[in-house]
Amino acid sequence: MKDDKGNKCGGCSGCSSSDSFADMALKKKGSRRGALAALLGGAATAAASSATAAIATDEEKELKRIKRNEFFQKYYRVMDEDERAVTIKRFERKSKLQYDVDATIDDTSARPNTLFGYAFNISKCEGSRKCIDACITENNQDRTSNMAYIKLFEMEEGIGSVHEGDSEYSHETPVDGKYYMGTQCFHCENPPCTKACPTGATWKEPDGIVVVDYNWCIGCRYCEAACPYFARRFNWKEPEVPKDEINPYQHYLGNRMRTKGVMEKCTFCIQRTRKGLNPACVEACPTGARVFGNLLDPDSEIRWILANKKVFRLKEDLGTEPKFWYYMD
Amino acid sequence: MRSILNFFISGLVVVFSGSVKYYLWLGLLLTLMLFGAYGYSIQFKEGLVATGMHDHVSWGIYISNFIFFVGVAAGGVMLVIPAYIMKDKDFSKVVLIGEGLAVAALVMALMFVLADLGGVMRFWHMLPGIGYFHFPESMLTWDVLVLNGYLALNLAIPAYILYCRYNGREPVKKIYVPFVILSVFWAFGIHLVTAFLLVSVAANSFWSSAILGPRFLASAFTAGPALIIVIFSIIRQASAYKISDDTINKLAMVMMFAAYANLVMLFSEIFKEFYWNSEHTAHARYLFFGLDGHHAVTPFIWSSVVSNVLATLLISFRRLRENHAVLVPACLVLFGAIWVEKGLGLVIPGFIPSQLGEIVEYLPTFVEIFVTLGIIGFGLFTLTALLKVFIWVETGAISSKGGFAEQMDAAIKKKDQT
Repeated sequence: MKDDKGNKCGGCSGCSSSDSFADMALKKKGSRRGALAALLGGAATAAASSATAAIATDEEKELKRIKRNEFFQKYYRVMDEDERAVTIKRFERKSKLQYDVDATIDDTSARPNTLFGYAFNISKCEGSRKCIDACITENNQDRTSNMAYIKLFEMEEGIGSVHEGDSEYSHETPVDGKYYMGTQCFHCENPPCTKACPTGATWKEPDGIVVVDYNWCIGCRYCEAACPYFARRFNWKEPEVPKDEINPYQHYLGNRMRTKGVMEKCTFCIQRTRKGLNPACVEACPTGARVFGNLLDPDSEIRWILANKKVFRLKEDLGTEPKFWYYMD
Repeated sequence: MRSILNFFISGLVVVFSGSVKYYLWLGLLLTLMLFGAYGYSIQFKEGLVATGMHDHVSWGIYISNFIFFVGVAAGGVMLVIPAYIMKDKDFSKVVLIGEGLAVAALVMALMFVLADLGGVMRFWHMLPGIGYFHFPESMLTWDVLVLNGYLALNLAIPAYILYCRYNGREPVKKIYVPFVILSVFWAFGIHLVTAFLLVSVAANSFWSSAILGPRFLASAFTAGPALIIVIFSIIRQASAYKISDDTINKLAMVMMFAAYANLVMLFSEIFKEFYWNSEHTAHARYLFFGLDGHHAVTPFIWSSVVSNVLATLLISFRRLRENHAVLVPACLVLFGAIWVEKGLGLVIPGFIPSQLGEIVEYLPTFVEIFVTLGIIGFGLFTLTALLKVFIWVETGAISSKGGFAEQMDAAIKKKDQT
């Protein structure tokens, strides 16, 4: 499992620290698991009738206990390193028990001297929606409610307002006389959503990514109303992802499994980008319309675009300072 | 200590004793509450998907009703100011009714917020101390503070006054008047802060209007007194408690001026929204005329505005206003009109079109309607209980004098109340 993760991410400085937390937690977990095994054995002899049934109920019991601990867990930002490690191990175990998926949840923190930004080339996008599909798969979004962080608006040439666009098109693209504009969370430098949250469950990380602590959110949806860009998505029901489609490479503040009644959103694929990879949407785009990078790196492609192209952002007048620019060839 | 206990016990007994009609009323409220509990059990199990809300219209009739009932709670202050500060004798007698209404309305408002939460069990995350209270940035934390503070004030002041009267003493002014003055400012605070909850959404051109706060106050000071007048007329018919014509007429006048202010501000908004059709006025266009063939709320807002204007016109004529056969129905119409205006016409159109211009409409589901009825049932029960205790203490039907059993006998023998 660890090796898989290593292969996937290619290794970076960020991982090693999180691995050491994980090891620490594993030791703790070992003793707990021992106690559990003893308990399990006792229950099996008591039940005696069917060993498998007894094991099933014990796993159910463990899951129940995990959910109870989950309920009482602290706010992610006030947890110390040990508490974070224990919490992560608990969610990994929950993933095994609930979905039979061996997930690795890392909590790599922001890398120094990093501020992520995004540019979208409206001359190139052909509206294939491959970015949307990749995003849904990568981020373990609920498949039953058609949840998607990205929206693609098909726009009439000559009309510049996204308000006139159509995001519900179902025909083959591209269409003559139309162009396409994608929206998602713009990771504003002045995010109205994080200011609105009554519990501080959503905040802007040092690398500029706006994240949600899914266990701290109380589901009031004030952030969703406050967002000027329709970037937030609420779990109106228990999200469902088929077992074999679950992406096991998860980040605590990113694509780990959510539950009903909490808010979620685009995290610039935090589980990928903090390891130096591109977000899934950028990777999936067949036309190269999507560019992602570090705004503080003067040699990055995104900096080149900002310096050499005519760029614009949505609703500049609000002063939200989105880190998402549109440009044309 | 014992006498406080006695006070509560006799209060409880009073709440559950009355005529057949009264029991029918309680039965109706209980039925509503059961419907609510049933609806909420479905919502709790399945999630908010059981409601009609979705990512486009992410607040529905729960938050709308929350905002409206905060207004009703604030409206009670229209009795408090003349009674305690201008020392009006008529109003002093009935001011506790206004405070009781404030308590019931706040209970409803808070229940609507809880019903709206996706993770209601995690609400403790915002309690200072054990959770993280995102204060002062989040306007929602301000609302939690002002609403609970106002609830505490409106429970404490009447409880103290009634308890003194129950014991046959005059309440000490030095003790309660400072809190009364505080509660006056607080009443303005609750409704302004609740308005700022919406005004602070800078990206929403429908809500982010400086006039919204004052408009909230004006509509609250219309709807609150309108409901109080209806309650007065019920009390006059159903109990031995005397409320003079003068009291009602004075309150009707206060309500009339608030209704004028409300209409002036409503028309100011309408002018601003319709003189120039910018993209920012799409919400108002949706509300009043429908947008791209979507007009679910249009009939409601028009009937609200028309009935609001008609009722205000009616009560403008002194002879009609002082004729209670006209006044009480007019109050009901005004109350209903403002309920629709705040309930359907304020929160929901703010989401239509959505932030990126998409039009997805919203219709409440049965689950939502059941929960809403349940909460209203509970609020009316709270109001009934508070009024009943108030009336029995004020008419001297219960007091700490004499044995408890004797008192109850005497009380029950007394003319059927409410």
